[in-house]
Amino acid sequence: MEGLETVGSALFTLGLVAVAVALSLYERLDLEKDIGIAVVRSFVQLAAIGYVIDYIFGLDSLGAVVLLLAGMTAFAGWTSARRAKGVPRAFAVAVGAIGVAAVATLGMLLALDVVPPTARYLIPLGGMVIGNSMNAASLTLTRIRDDLSEQRLKVEAALALGATSRQAVNPILRTALQRAMIPLIDATKTTGIIFLPGAMVGMIIAGADPLEAVRLQIVVLYMLLGSVSIAAILVGLLSYRSFFTPRHQLRSAPLEY
Amino acid sequence: MEILRGIDAGMPEGGISCVVGPSGAGKSTLLRAINRLIEPTSGEVYLDGEPTSGMDPLLLRRRVGMVFQLPALFGASVEEAILYGARLAGRDAEADRLLEMVGLDVSLGGRDPQSLSVGQQQRVSVARALALEPEVLLMDEPTSALDEAARRRIEELVRELNASLGLTIILVSHHLDQVERLADHVVLLAAGRSEGEWGREEFFSREGERARQFISGRS
Repeated sequence: MEGLETVGSALFTLGLVAVAVALSLYERLDLEKDIGIAVVRSFVQLAAIGYVIDYIFGLDSLGAVVLLLAGMTAFAGWTSARRAKGVPRAFAVAVGAIGVAAVATLGMLLALDVVPPTARYLIPLGGMVIGNSMNAASLTLTRIRDDLSEQRLKVEAALALGATSRQAVNPILRTALQRAMIPLIDATKTTGIIFLPGAMVGMIIAGADPLEAVRLQIVVLYMLLGSVSIAAILVGLLSYRSFFTPRHQLRSAPLEY
Repeated sequence: MEILRGIDAGMPEGGISCVVGPSGAGKSTLLRAINRLIEPTSGEVYLDGEPTSGMDPLLLRRRVGMVFQLPALFGASVEEAILYGARLAGRDAEADRLLEMVGLDVSLGGRDPQSLSVGQQQRVSVARALALEPEVLLMDEPTSALDEAARRRIEELVRELNASLGLTIILVSHHLDQVERLADHVVLLAAGRSEGEWGREEFFSREGERARQFISGRS
C-alpha cells in the first residue's frame, strides 16, 4: 500500500525521539513512558484520521464531512467535560458551545464564499476551529469552577447584598473569559514575527504560492478568534447558571468534586 | 443534606439576639435560611409577621443585611465596596456618612479595601450592609477573625447600631462572654434543633445555668 509507505517514512524521525528517551533515562526525568505513549498515540490517531479524510475525499459527499465534524465536536465536548469535573452538565454545555462556534464560523466562511464547500477545506478548517474552541471551553469551565469554590464567600456576600447570580458571578466570568481568549489573541498579534503558523508552513512546503498561503492563514486566524470567543462566551453564560438556583442561591453540591 | 431539623425560635424586633451552640449545630445555616441564601426544605421564616418564602429573595436580602466571618469586600475602593449593594438597588447612599456610622475616618473612602486592617475591613462590611438600610442585621461570628481590640470595637458598634437605629441584630457567637456583653435574647442550637431560648437575665441566672455549661463544655 502506497499510503502506508508515505506515513511510514515519518517513522525515520523516531531517531530524534530516541534521543529524547535516552536523555530522559540518563537524567531520570521519568518521562520515557509518557513519551512512548505520546508517540504511539499520535501515530495511530494521525494515521487513522489520514485514512478517514482520504476516504471522505473519495466519497465526495458533504454529508460525510458534516458527520465527521459532528463526531469531532462530540469528542471535543467529551474531552472538555472530563477536564471540568464537578461542573454540572459540562458535556452538554461544551458540545453546544463548540458546535455553535464551529457552525457560525464555518458557515460564515461558506456564506461569504471565502472557501469552497469541499472536504479539502472544511475538514482541516473545522478541525482547527473545534480544537481551539475545545481549549477555550476547557479553560473557561475549569476557571469558573475553581474561582467559584475559591471565592465562594465573596459570591455569597454579593448575593446577600441583593445581587443576582449573574451580578455576583460577573467578576469571575470576566476573568475566566479573559484567560481563555488571551493566549490566542497574543498568538495572533505575534504571528508572522515570532512563529509561522502550521497551516501556512504546511502549504508552503507543499509548494503553494506563499501569498496564497498567507491569505488562507489570515482567514484561519480570524476564524479562530471568532470561534474561540463564541465558544468561551457561550460556555461562560451557560455554565455559571448550574452553580446557582433560580432563587439566586449558590448550590453547594456541584462544587465538591 | 438536612442540617436544621427543628427550629422554633423568635428573635425580638429591635433587640440583639445571640444564636449560640457547638460547632456544627447549624448556626450559620440558620442565618442563611433567614435571608434565603439557602432554601429551607420545610418550615417557614417570618419577617415582621410575613412569611419570607413568598418574598422575592433579592428584595428580602435588601431588608436583611448580613455580615460574615470574613469581610469579603470587593471593589477598587472602600467607597465602592460600601456602595455595592445600594448601587445595584438603584438607591442613593452616602459612603462618608456610613463610614462615620461604623467609626471609620472618611479619608479611608478612596483607599484600596485590601490595604485596611481586617478589623477596619470588617467595619466596612458592616457599613456595606447598612447602606441598604436593613431592618435586620445578621452577623455570622463577625469577630472570630479579629484581634482583641478590633473585636471590642465591633461589639461596641453592634450595641451602638442597636441603640441608635433600633436595628434588630441576630448574631452567631461562640463565646459566652461575648453573649454576656451583647445579648438581649439567647437562642441555643444543638444538632440542628433549637434547645431553648432565654431573655438575657434568665440566661445568666440559675435558669440558664445548664445551657451555659453545655456551651462552655463544648467550646
